[in-house]
Amino acid sequence: MRIKIRHRTTYRYDQPAKSTIQHLRLTPRNHDGQHVSHWRIDVDRDCRLRAAEDAYGNILHRLTAEELHDSISTLVEGEVTTFDTAGVASGAVERFPTVFYLRETSLTAADENIRDFVLACAGSRQSLLDRLHGWMGSLHDGMIFDPDATHAATTATGAFALRKGVCQDFAHIFISGARILGVPARYVSGYYLRSDTHEQVAGHAWAEAYIEDLGWVGFDPAHRLCPDERYVRLAVAPDYTGAAPIRGARIGGGREEMDVAISITATDSHASQSNQ
Amino acid sequence: MIQFDEMSGSSGATRLPYRELSKWLSVTDPKLLAARREQAELLFRRIGITFAVYGAQEAAERLIPFDILPRILSRSEWTRLERGLVQRVTALNLFLKDIYGAGEAIRAGVIPGDLVYRNPGYCPEMAGRGTPHDIFVHIAGVDIVRTDDEDFYVLEDNARTPSGVSYMLENREVMMRLFPELFAQHRVAPIDDYPNELLATLRSVAPPRAPGDPVIVLLTPGQYNSAFYEHSFLADKLGVELVEGRDLFVRDDVVYMRTTEGPQRVDVIYRRIDDDFLDPLTFRPDSALGVPGLMGAYHAGNVTLANAVGAGVADDKATYTYMPDIIRFFLGEEPLLKNVPTYRCREPEALAYVLDHLSELVVKEVNGSGGYGMLVGPHASRADIETFRAKLKANPDHFIAQPTLALSTCPISISEGIAPRHVDLRPFVLQGANGVRVVPGGLTRVAMTENSLVVNSSQGGGTKDTWIVDDTLSTDS
Repeated sequence: MRIKIRHRTTYRYDQPAKSTIQHLRLTPRNHDGQHVSHWRIDVDRDCRLRAAEDAYGNILHRLTAEELHDSISTLVEGEVTTFDTAGVASGAVERFPTVFYLRETSLTAADENIRDFVLACAGSRQSLLDRLHGWMGSLHDGMIFDPDATHAATTATGAFALRKGVCQDFAHIFISGARILGVPARYVSGYYLRSDTHEQVAGHAWAEAYIEDLGWVGFDPAHRLCPDERYVRLAVAPDYTGAAPIRGARIGGGREEMDVAISITATDSHASQSNQ
Repeated sequence: MIQFDEMSGSSGATRLPYRELSKWLSVTDPKLLAARREQAELLFRRIGITFAVYGAQEAAERLIPFDILPRILSRSEWTRLERGLVQRVTALNLFLKDIYGAGEAIRAGVIPGDLVYRNPGYCPEMAGRGTPHDIFVHIAGVDIVRTDDEDFYVLEDNARTPSGVSYMLENREVMMRLFPELFAQHRVAPIDDYPNELLATLRSVAPPRAPGDPVIVLLTPGQYNSAFYEHSFLADKLGVELVEGRDLFVRDDVVYMRTTEGPQRVDVIYRRIDDDFLDPLTFRPDSALGVPGLMGAYHAGNVTLANAVGAGVADDKATYTYMPDIIRFFLGEEPLLKNVPTYRCREPEALAYVLDHLSELVVKEVNGSGGYGMLVGPHASRADIETFRAKLKANPDHFIAQPTLALSTCPISISEGIAPRHVDLRPFVLQGANGVRVVPGGLTRVAMTENSLVVNSSQGGGTKDTWIVDDTLSTDS
């Protein structure tokens, strides 16, 4: 499937900012499930943009804008050809042994509630893959999708206590539970082609778990799906903080408002068929 | 267990390094000691040396108790210790360079990979990155205890941001004012060179492209940090600027300090801020203490951070248990300082043993520091032991256990006279491109309460001046 993505993020400040630094993880890389045909970044200000690779193998752009500005808008757009790999993310850049992704992070640390829940719904199943599917299903059913209940710094335990959250929270809780099961797991940020609308106000996030013999397998507890050709991977990390599409700091600027507009469309006929 | 006292040994006969002090005590009026104790208190109040204690009800800053009797080691004892410290810190540095680089220690099975990669002190952003001059541990505080005439043990390695050196220096200054007569009778090795040595170390590790006279700053989290006194004290002694994150900024991967004469390029940052707070773009996004973009400048090789980011792996008490093997692997030498025999609770057999012997053991969190989250079995209530048993069972990986050592005691001066109290020693080891050095002495910490083994200042411990005296020159007068 060919997926066309256009993603604009605009920050508006109520006073002019003297300088802004941003770390952008907004550039997809190739792996067996996706091929990036073309991709570009466009910033509406005079700025320096330097590309590098971060610790986890993601493409990181460091943006610095130093003239007075009361807004800054970053547009990424391009086209990615995707293939259904039954959820397996092979052929990606890997910078750490899998055991690294058993590490506990503050956003994904488990508590007794998560521990009891994951053991109850996944503990007795036979194969690891079954256990993780069981965990994804129970998590999906046990949570309510609610964009107002949590924020970017909400922990897995915090969101699980509310039983509410967004895809980021679902992913953190899934990772937390997978690690309880002894499975290396990580956070993935990316895009998801929806069948109901092309316009979206946020990117997507899911998780990957490492299963011997299969490799890294994606689990999207917000949709109860293993990623297929509708998914585009942007970045991976132990949790959101390492994979966040944009992290920024600035001098001056007062309060800020952020606006995100994403358009994701399929550009070939094959797409309309697989879009149920 | 036979108690070893550093003045009177195990038998009661005064040990050689303490001969003069013991004589002096026997002829000194207790009233004089009482007067000196009061004077010491006054001096410390005037200096304003305080320590904020986390979690204390009164949360106020307070004086760390100071004992006026020096703790004395002979030059020959020190020489042995010094060799062991240099060896250990050299190996720690090679270990850190390796885990962020070639990864040979893990491949050779010297330490399990998961202990490194799952260690909270392990910094993924350092993987594949070097540091200027390959130094990771510029300043180490190695906690040492002794149990008898011969044996010194390392209790823990502190390679993150070890504190306490200001107390070492202040204690000496106060002692010289209180007891000039004792200094006249002993050849005490001077420690006042520490700031110069530290400065030389920091200059030696400046990025190769920095000018011959590199700009060094001390980065503090600010006045609300428990060690702020030490930060300002050291900046003053070093003659460098004491800065907070907001005083620095990064442009084009270069760190600058704001000054009244405009931006000033910074080459070396002696940082007393934990990794997590250094750069909000890379670490905790909510940190207002750090400098956005600092890690970019660091990776570009434009600034040196001391100690290096990610050095905390070495502080981990699970890593500690592998130190003898780490020394053998990297240096091909036998360790000169002993490790306390340690049960790794992550290993099922060790865990079973520990659970059966909790009342005899000291149990510590692998990432704990400052005596928090620790069980001292022989002194713990039954309820405390049961609480720990549950914690251990839930997360065995998080704990290690050690036998309670018969820690040596030193005499302290209290209103009732002279009494033995348990002590440890934290020497400060400096490592630069110019070699590894230890100033002769260190911070002696004392458990001020009778029989207590907890010397941490956060737990009511006090300090003493530490003297290294020439063996042969303590003459009769």
